[in-house]
Amino acid sequence: MVEVTLWGSLSAVAGGKARHEIEAKDIRELFRKLAEQYPGIEPWIDRGIAVAIDGTIYRDTWSKELPEGAEIFLLPRLAGG
Amino acid sequence: MNFDPRFSGRQFASVGTRPIRPDGVDKVTGRARYGADFNMAGQLVGRILRSPHAHAVIKSIDTSKAEKLAGVKAVITAKDLPDLTDGDAAMYDILDNCMARKKALYDGHAVAAVAAIDARIARQALKLIEVEYEVLPHVTDVDEAAHHHAPLINDQVFTEGLEEKPAKPSNVTKRTQFGHGDVHAGFAKADFIVERSFKTEQTHQGYIEPHACVASVNPDGTADLWVCTQGHFVYRQHCAQLLGMEASKLRVTSSEIGGGFGGKTHVWAEPVALALSRKAGRPVKLVMTRDEVFRASGPTSATSIDVKIGASKDGTITAAEATLRYSCGPYAGSWAEIGAMTAFACYKLENVKTVGYEVLVNRPKTAAYRAPSAPMAAFAVESAVDELAHELGMDAVDFRIKNAAQEGTRASYGPVYGPIGIGPTLEAVKHHPHMKAPLKANQGRGMACGFWFNFGGQTCTDLNIGMDGSVSLAVGTVDVGGSRASLSLVAAEELGIDYSHVKAIVADTSSLGYNDMTDGSRGTFSSSMATISAARNAIKILRERAAQTWDIPVEDVHWEKGHAIAKGEKYGNLSPLSLKEIAAASGKTGGPIAGHSELVADGAGVSFATHICDVEVDPETGSTRVIRYTVVQDAGKAVHPTYVEGQYQGGAAQGIGWALNEEYIYGKDGRLQNAGFLDYRIPVCSDLPMIDTQILEIPNPNHPYGVRGVGETSIVPPLAAIANAVSNAVGVRMTHIPMSPPRILAALDAEREG
Amino acid sequence: MAGVAVSTTINGDAVEYLCQPDETLLEVLRDRLGLTGAKEGCGTGDCGACSVIVDGRLVCSCLVLGAEAEGRKVETIEGMAHGDQLHPLQQKFLEHAALQCGICTPGFLIAAKDLLAKNPSPTEEEIRFGLAGNLCRCTGYDKIVRAVQDAAEVMKGA
Repeated sequence: MVEVTLWGSLSAVAGGKARHEIEAKDIRELFRKLAEQYPGIEPWIDRGIAVAIDGTIYRDTWSKELPEGAEIFLLPRLAGG
Repeated sequence: MNFDPRFSGRQFASVGTRPIRPDGVDKVTGRARYGADFNMAGQLVGRILRSPHAHAVIKSIDTSKAEKLAGVKAVITAKDLPDLTDGDAAMYDILDNCMARKKALYDGHAVAAVAAIDARIARQALKLIEVEYEVLPHVTDVDEAAHHHAPLINDQVFTEGLEEKPAKPSNVTKRTQFGHGDVHAGFAKADFIVERSFKTEQTHQGYIEPHACVASVNPDGTADLWVCTQGHFVYRQHCAQLLGMEASKLRVTSSEIGGGFGGKTHVWAEPVALALSRKAGRPVKLVMTRDEVFRASGPTSATSIDVKIGASKDGTITAAEATLRYSCGPYAGSWAEIGAMTAFACYKLENVKTVGYEVLVNRPKTAAYRAPSAPMAAFAVESAVDELAHELGMDAVDFRIKNAAQEGTRASYGPVYGPIGIGPTLEAVKHHPHMKAPLKANQGRGMACGFWFNFGGQTCTDLNIGMDGSVSLAVGTVDVGGSRASLSLVAAEELGIDYSHVKAIVADTSSLGYNDMTDGSRGTFSSSMATISAARNAIKILRERAAQTWDIPVEDVHWEKGHAIAKGEKYGNLSPLSLKEIAAASGKTGGPIAGHSELVADGAGVSFATHICDVEVDPETGSTRVIRYTVVQDAGKAVHPTYVEGQYQGGAAQGIGWALNEEYIYGKDGRLQNAGFLDYRIPVCSDLPMIDTQILEIPNPNHPYGVRGVGETSIVPPLAAIANAVSNAVGVRMTHIPMSPPRILAALDAEREG
Repeated sequence: MAGVAVSTTINGDAVEYLCQPDETLLEVLRDRLGLTGAKEGCGTGDCGACSVIVDGRLVCSCLVLGAEAEGRKVETIEGMAHGDQLHPLQQKFLEHAALQCGICTPGFLIAAKDLLAKNPSPTEEEIRFGLAGNLCRCTGYDKIVRAVQDAAEVMKGA
């Protein structure tokens, strides 16, 4: 079980809640379970969500494991210059 | 693949040195080939017809006269680029931006294109295309566009991110919010509060090389595209999707790139060139004019930002809030979102809230520009932070040090920071001699901080060892400013050989696996990781070959300083085998030796910078000169320090231009009035002083060498640093960028009139 | 449109070409003669990327007609090195990393060569004003100025 925090706008499509307890071993499973629970999240996942694990931002490594007790924060996947 | 990206704290032999770049001689002799320097047999000249209106329905386009002109081989409109985007809204916007479908959405929007046997005929043909427009009301100002009375640019847009879906369409495509804590409670605790509104005008990336490409579509459906781009793999995906081609049949070669800074991250004219070539059955060369570059490519957002920051008497910030409105051009974007994320990233805040609004306007589609969206937010926030320090009677640097984010701080955009460099850059600035240098009359000093995320992403690299022991390195990230040198250094470092034996090239899309583009300061970060991984894979083979030669177990063979070494007393008489010796024997030990790597380079380290700037303002003319400038920035690890300095200096210079002079000026008719370098004046050599740099190295724990990425952060602080310097020089808070002479004079007049 | 026959000297070699009356020298160099070292950054004489020297005078080749080269001596970036020996300016640009993307580099080298021919010991300010007709968007000019200063020292010693 990991605790995940969503950024402001994303929590609006996740029942208005910023913090969620989810049973997920990696980023892929986290996204899948979030989408099952809150179908409104799916388009956001398609558009791109980055996951910060203990402050390190992962944009593409969906196989990244989510360690127990880690600080997990979802962010928009950004564009750069 | 078991690649361990963690920082190892090793001693370096090559990394950190400053050799001459491998592509250097080509560039000083004029031999390097850029987008417009390539030609194909039988090629035609492509030209694009653009809307003169800011907002108009395209009622009809008659191309018959142009088609009949001798020498014209193809004329296309949106009909020749049918919508194949299959519900992908972002790709549809790119398609519509390449060639307007129902409406022209800005002055300069492409509506038709021709391919002819020479430029003269192509220009004549454009004049023969008859477009019937129904001109619509337009809006170019970000605040006016956000108003509910504004002309609607797209009546299908309903603001996303509101609690309830709005009943009416709007030019505001999205609201986003970040933050934590309770800002109301925080402001209640504040002894001092600064609240101000700021504006920044739209700027262009200003790369000296206009967009250019040569497209050749064959009757069998295969195609070649030569193009200046920051990401040829991304261009291949976009073009293939928009033209209904298989990606593998479209081979894209990236030319040398004459600057991009974010402006060459998505396609503009390339699908048009391919469509023209497909229709004409001949190669087509399409090169934008400078006028087209300004009117139809780039630019940044124009912004309008409200900031409120409160602090207690002891100098602790108790709450911080910002509302940011960013223009996106006529298509949805996420520019305010990035501004909202980066705005307060430098600070340790208990209570923070930022809200971003994306606003459609009748201007070109906003493109990324070096740390996109961050400089404007930093301008607003760092101006308010400076003002608050003044009100508190605190030194501006000390106030920032007291409130700086550190390892373990919850970032304003959400997660908790690992090891970061904001504190060290501030300490370095505090003790920098620049801060103590005397100032004369009409001079002022300012400083400001900046933050950028830095990205990683998909990366693929090939490392081939020749039979003579020299190494060719093929990377897929476009080299925008010396990365072939830094990646060669990394390969040399990892293999333990001399830099001179490594030659790096940028491979085309058919020679290497997919690579994300060079954006987000990822080029050296990502490709160095892939290069290290590829080199380690090659070393594994080198060790195996040595073990085979010696007939001993591979576990007993180690790799040190470019040599295979048999470890263990029983091998005392085996002298080390050099890479060169192993390579020479490779034909007899199993064939070519190579290392390949494909990975997602995630875990890019965030980076911070603090800049110091002295200006002199002429109170009679309002003209400002930057007289001294210092950049302090965390690089993680500077692989080639000279090119790191170059990134710091270049970002600062672009920021100086943005702060003092550069802006898009639209007339009441919605037309861009300064689409050229004479009237859109970027800094020239005589405008600038030397730009001093100080590189800090706080290793990124997620890269073997500690590299963070350095390209973008340097443009974040200058707007604010210069605004603070000018404000200190003239005694009036400057709130509108650029601080051109008329704006400074107006601010001085307003102050005098009280 | 009838072509104009032009006889000129480019980098010491006699060259003949036909061009249209309204064709610029830059177009002739790039499209007819394959000398693509001079770049078109603006086409209006604002960026200096197309700088060449005509009869000892620094010009933007986008503002000169191809026909105007008749009987003149044109120097371009392609003629700056002597065989495999780089000009000191070229060498110093490399050593100082005075280029990032490199698109402006040929123009800067030509302008700097012209500057040093007229003023072998320029001050920093003279260099900055001497090169103010050339735009660079990558470097902030710092390393370019230093490279020119260093090259001037070397050339004085030569």
